[in-house]
Amino acid sequence: MVELTLPKNSRMTVGKTWPKPQGATNVRSFKIYRYDPDSGDNPRVDTYHVDMDTCGPMILDALIKIKNEIDPTLTFRRSCREGICGSCAMNIDGINTLACIYGLDEVKGDVKIYPLPHMPVIKDLIPDLTHFYAQHASIMPWLETKTNTPEKEWRQSIEDRAKLDGLYECVMCACCSTSCPSYWWNGDRYLGPAALLHAYRWLIDSRDEATGERLDGLQDPFKLYRCHTIMNCAKTCPKELNPAKAIAEIKKMMVERTL
Amino acid sequence: MSDMKRGNRPLSPHLTIYRPQMSSITSIFVRITGVGLTLGFLLIIWWLLAAATGPGYFAFVDGLLTSWLGVLIMVASLWALWYHALGGVRHLIWDMGYGFELKTADMMGYVMIGGSFILTLLTLVII
Repeated sequence: MVELTLPKNSRMTVGKTWPKPQGATNVRSFKIYRYDPDSGDNPRVDTYHVDMDTCGPMILDALIKIKNEIDPTLTFRRSCREGICGSCAMNIDGINTLACIYGLDEVKGDVKIYPLPHMPVIKDLIPDLTHFYAQHASIMPWLETKTNTPEKEWRQSIEDRAKLDGLYECVMCACCSTSCPSYWWNGDRYLGPAALLHAYRWLIDSRDEATGERLDGLQDPFKLYRCHTIMNCAKTCPKELNPAKAIAEIKKMMVERTL
Repeated sequence: MSDMKRGNRPLSPHLTIYRPQMSSITSIFVRITGVGLTLGFLLIIWWLLAAATGPGYFAFVDGLLTSWLGVLIMVASLWALWYHALGGVRHLIWDMGYGFELKTADMMGYVMIGGSFILTLLTLVII
């Protein structure tokens, strides 16, 4: 359901302002969401000051610098630092993106960083993605076949393979789903853009033989049809994919199979 | 995921921290105009019912609807009707699988906003 305000235990307070680095001339402020599950306190927003002359170019560089030099308790996920693992997804300057491929120069003024929106927070910038992954699993993200397994591989023409471009690149970072107001209000039942993009990726795979079953599984007032083409998903995708378009194609397949 | 079991975990901020997008703002206004139009339609139904009731009552309701407040609500409803209709056209285009490129989607938003005001003015001039 639509809930415009945050629950009582989720409201943010003004946190600590950490000291400025000494002797630095090019300092930038970072306002970062903090939540410590052990303290029992509400989340807070801490202010950090980072010397830009000794900082790398990306948001993730600044976060690592803060963790290394100012506050080792700052907690966030990161791994590949090149936009392929999807770990460092967070809300930066009002949009969801990957901290590792989002440049500090793309943000004007103070850098505001929150966890992915409308998710349960485990600690600081780390959301609980259990339900998100379960939804992905529910669309059967694998090749389903009925005919006998061929001696070598399942063959696919170049044209059919090209249909997977713009879909297979998804790294499941959850930026899109957590940018979607429909997913905010109905995320328990609406699958969200990421899971639906993956659903479409298997629906149009020429080798897959479970198209009917897949569409049956999505024939539901919530799972698919809570998409109202708000398009926050496509706007925010750090891999520049278009889940909104993939969802529209599923809706078309739903209509076409009844004709 | 408001209805999910969060345990004691806080819910991360959402609406208040997410930067408004052209597509999200024009989308929520389709919903708002759709709901808001109910008021305009109810007033028009009231006006028609009054006409069927008798001249005295009709004069009273007609007076209300042609007062400055009534005219304001009617003009706003007219704009809402055009905006909502253009939103419907945009949904038809999307449902056919077109207009998903980010630039095209934004352009359709601008057309909806501009178009709704132009069409409202045109309607007022013609009437």
